[in-house]
Amino acid sequence: MQIKKYFPVFVLPTLIAFCIAFLVPFILGIGLSFTEFTTVVDAKWVAFENYIRAFSNRDFLNALWFTVKFTVVSVITINVIAFALAILLTKGLKGTNFFRTVFFMPNLIGGIVLGYIWQIILNGILQIFGVTLTYDPKYGFWGLVIMMNWQLIGYMMIIYIAGLQNVPGDLTDAARVDGANGWQTLKNVTIPMIMPSVTICLFLSITNSFKLFDQNLALTAGAPSKQTAMLALDIYNTFYGRVGWEGVGQAKAVIFFIIVAVISFAQLALTRKKEVEQ
Amino acid sequence: MRTAERSNAVKTVIYVVLAAASVTFLAPIFIVLMNSFKGKLYISDAPFELPNIKTFSGLENYISGLEKTGFFSAFGWSLFITFFSVIAIVLFTSMTAWYIVRVKNRFTKVLYYLFVFSMIVPFQMVMFTMTKTAVDLNLDNPVGIILIYLGFGSGLAVFMFCGFLKSVPLEIEEAAMMDGCGPIQTFFMIVFPIMKPTAITVAILNTMWIWNDYLLPYLLIGSEYKTIPVAVQYLRGGYGSVDMGAMMAMLVLAIIPIVVFYLSCQKYIIKGVVAGAVKG
Repeated sequence: MQIKKYFPVFVLPTLIAFCIAFLVPFILGIGLSFTEFTTVVDAKWVAFENYIRAFSNRDFLNALWFTVKFTVVSVITINVIAFALAILLTKGLKGTNFFRTVFFMPNLIGGIVLGYIWQIILNGILQIFGVTLTYDPKYGFWGLVIMMNWQLIGYMMIIYIAGLQNVPGDLTDAARVDGANGWQTLKNVTIPMIMPSVTICLFLSITNSFKLFDQNLALTAGAPSKQTAMLALDIYNTFYGRVGWEGVGQAKAVIFFIIVAVISFAQLALTRKKEVEQ
Repeated sequence: MRTAERSNAVKTVIYVVLAAASVTFLAPIFIVLMNSFKGKLYISDAPFELPNIKTFSGLENYISGLEKTGFFSAFGWSLFITFFSVIAIVLFTSMTAWYIVRVKNRFTKVLYYLFVFSMIVPFQMVMFTMTKTAVDLNLDNPVGIILIYLGFGSGLAVFMFCGFLKSVPLEIEEAAMMDGCGPIQTFFMIVFPIMKPTAITVAILNTMWIWNDYLLPYLLIGSEYKTIPVAVQYLRGGYGSVDMGAMMAMLVLAIIPIVVFYLSCQKYIIKGVVAGAVKG
């Protein structure tokens, strides 16, 4: 094999960058989660103490619960609205491209900018009722949900449209001829045919919501008193906001990683199963 | 006749729904644009009112925002970092992917799974240790951060290139090698052109990520070199009051490049996002 000799050219640059940016920090991170440290060099073995402290930390448990609630609500609203828009945009009407362009655009705007755009709007609306976004955690919660919908609906819609365009027209026609009404055709023919798109959208919206950081930081920064801080923000605050808590921060990060990994593996398993069935 | 009437009515309803949705999607951007021309003290009081003679402030917000954030230098750093990181990612990971697919042994298999594994690890997991490692290696500057982006972006990119290469037949490459092309020539003259669609997808996904990324540039180079998201967040500052006028103006300036990029490469962006989603 001639190519094999060219390892330094083809693989080494990527591999070095990968080790520095990911592999070494990842292994270090796992190790440090079992130690007490402030600068990596002064790490002292404490076994599971950081994990115990993480799980008995009220901010962390609150962030975990807030994140789960936020993820469930956003995933449902995003996917229902995105799917409905995708159905409307695959009816072959004029102007479809324009609408698609408009709905997708917010997805390209970064989280920090998005957060501040919605901060001014939501505060403007809440002002009518004499409160602000950070007055009560429930305003921050629904603010985040609305913002996440605005950002992700277009993205999911595009994936649903791609799925819907692959459903053969004869199939839905046949259902109509057999006397199925619109709802029955949708439920029994269209949705089963686009299950791969549904799986992708569900998991993309779950992981995106679960890992949310920038939007959270810009919109509420966790206010009032950390009650709207999601997991990623809580981990960040633990690392950089409290001296002596770096080990706990790293333990929280490992827990966060494990949850995300479990979600990802569930997706992989589900996608594999679907592929076998088809 | 009645069905035609009905389908027309249905069409009208659909258009009304889509038009209402479009207004909802565009309104936030217009509100920010509108407020960027109002005096900073009037913005929070009545964010939904159009600027009038009393509240209109011309370009004042833009001028003060540009001064406070150093927006032009932030734009320059964002452009520099995004451009060179994306070039590095596309170039180096496509080479790595070709090696992994064509040289089949235990090492490349482990390597492949390591890259795939890195995709599911959230940034917070390596945030602290990666920043420390990068600082120790003097990578906390706009050039060093490119290496970090290459490392962090390699997972998805290698995965996507490998997925594409598996479906490319060996014959063409073998013919080229037979004609005396070395691996490097073969890669750049034969393989890379075939991979162009995937290269565009990888470039677009990474451009969207790196351009908008906040935490990594903030932690690594944020105190000296600000990218656009870091500059916008910097306006919020500590606990003092925020200059809403400057904030609105900076949001508008931050959105403009994105809209231009989107409208000029829309076809590729939407294709790329679908391809990336299906594979990722």
